[in-house]
Amino acid sequence: MDRKINRLVLVLSVLAAMLFCAAVFSLCVGSAGIPLKRVFQLFFEGRGSTEYNIVFDIRFPRILLGFAVGGALALAGVILQGVFRNPLVEPYTLGVSGGAALGASLNIVFKLYRSSVLTLPLFGFIGAFFIIIVLYLLNMRKGTIKLQWLLLNGVMISFISSSLIMLIMSLSRAEDMHGIIFWIMGSLDEPNWFIIKVTVVMSIALLAVSYLFCLDLNAFSLGEEEAMHLGVRTEKSKRMLFIAASLLTGLSVAVAGMIGFVGLVVPHFVKMLTGGDHRVLIPASFLSGGIFLIFCDTLARVVIAPMELPVGVITGILGGSFFVYALAKRRSV
Amino acid sequence: MLKVENLICGYEKKAILSDVSFQVDKGEFVGIIGPNGSGKTTLLRALSRIIEPSGGMISLYGKDMRQIHPKLLARSVSVVSQNISPENFTVEEFVSLGRLPYYGAFQFFGTKKDYQAVHAAMELTGVEALGERFLEKMSGGEKQLVFIARALAQEPELILLDEPTAHLDIAHQVNIMDLIRKLNRDFGLTVVMVLHDLNLAGEYCHKLLLVNNGSIHKIGQPREILNYRDIEEVYGTRVVVVENPVSGKPYVVLVPGECREEEQAQGHKKGGGN
Repeated sequence: MDRKINRLVLVLSVLAAMLFCAAVFSLCVGSAGIPLKRVFQLFFEGRGSTEYNIVFDIRFPRILLGFAVGGALALAGVILQGVFRNPLVEPYTLGVSGGAALGASLNIVFKLYRSSVLTLPLFGFIGAFFIIIVLYLLNMRKGTIKLQWLLLNGVMISFISSSLIMLIMSLSRAEDMHGIIFWIMGSLDEPNWFIIKVTVVMSIALLAVSYLFCLDLNAFSLGEEEAMHLGVRTEKSKRMLFIAASLLTGLSVAVAGMIGFVGLVVPHFVKMLTGGDHRVLIPASFLSGGIFLIFCDTLARVVIAPMELPVGVITGILGGSFFVYALAKRRSV
Repeated sequence: MLKVENLICGYEKKAILSDVSFQVDKGEFVGIIGPNGSGKTTLLRALSRIIEPSGGMISLYGKDMRQIHPKLLARSVSVVSQNISPENFTVEEFVSLGRLPYYGAFQFFGTKKDYQAVHAAMELTGVEALGERFLEKMSGGEKQLVFIARALAQEPELILLDEPTAHLDIAHQVNIMDLIRKLNRDFGLTVVMVLHDLNLAGEYCHKLLLVNNGSIHKIGQPREILNYRDIEEVYGTRVVVVENPVSGKPYVVLVPGECREEEQAQGHKKGGGN
């Protein structure tokens, strides 16, 4: 038997246990601290108390969303770093997130969100999807994707959309500007259950799709030509992986705004621990991304409670310093 | 088994290879030689289907290579190219990649047969003991052996190599070439390789393709190709071809510019004396 299976099972069990701990931690702490024992009691008591509402209607949805968004971002990061063979590429590099932010900003300026809360993520997703199509058309000439061009085009589109957002902000009133800034900073505060369910289902579905390409990604890590020598249909894989990563990014930005650093740091960190095999790396990154975001979001809720910090602040500070530390330690070994 | 007919090939619109035709029989050991920029590597890249030919045809066992499914092709043709720099791979993981062409559509892990093929390949190339080492921490010679092991794990009938001895010391050069000769003799593996070193080419290959300016200058046995006329014409430098005292194969000796001038000067003197 392939020894990799044991490795995979081991890594995933450890991560699943960590995920459980992070979720329980997040359920217990907050501006109203609820001891662990009480959380279990509430689980059996059912509806009725304020504590139940706090734990299962406010905290639990956030955990689910944190899991889905964190997982999606980390997964998109792994895929893109694998395809581009470039450790600096992250989900926001390709401009898809810029499209989502642009869509959401337009929605805020035109006050469309007043008709339904659902329009905000919808506009975000439409913006993201528009950019995906533009990128796809720009780079699909002659049926082959030139990765370097795709990367350059993506970075340029990123710049264009952030300039357009700045333009929109400069023309809008102070109140809208605040709305846009807060939206872009990102938050896991999402009261709508439907959106949460869609996000969870879609990110897990895309995880399954991406997993079908894990061996192709392993071959890609030797370079595109080597992958071809190993019988990988590189054009098909590149296309599917690009679409999967873009959808994951678009989805998470549309729902939770631009939560930075998860998609860059988590894949690197997981790679350091488990090695470069995407059969392990893909599910491990998804779980780690989820764990990391749940943990950061919990911190963001409690650090200056009852106020809340933007979760991006925590992911950036925590993720960045953790990463620098890990790099320094690794070099000294 | 491999047949190239009137191949035209190039990047963008510029043709680099024009009207190349040759044939490789099963069990042959073929070397492609030629000056820098002559199209050797382009030819190899066309054979390994990295670049699409713009004219002509490459066929494997009489079947147009473009019609063969990439996975099936990778089961009979494997490629050892230059400049691979894998990171984060152990030797065993890297060699296991050679089994990818045998994986089914929803198969993610190797079977017992894959495991055996990987270990057989590592044993043949003598890297069995290095299984857990990381590739980026290995020397050039060891790495080259590992790359060949990966190609062997594909269980190919034809192996294409791009300068397998580049940047290696003489011991590793001989080691690699002996290994490939052994694979060729003992397992009937057909070998096509690009070589810079004319003497290695003369020593080991059954047949040489001398490429010049994108077309084939001459095809034949080393004895027929490695003579001062053809080499001087194609490479544009003076050489002397002698016989290797040990193997009896042709050996190309370079003539440095200084010696050439001396020779000419002497020639002039002689001419003046007459």
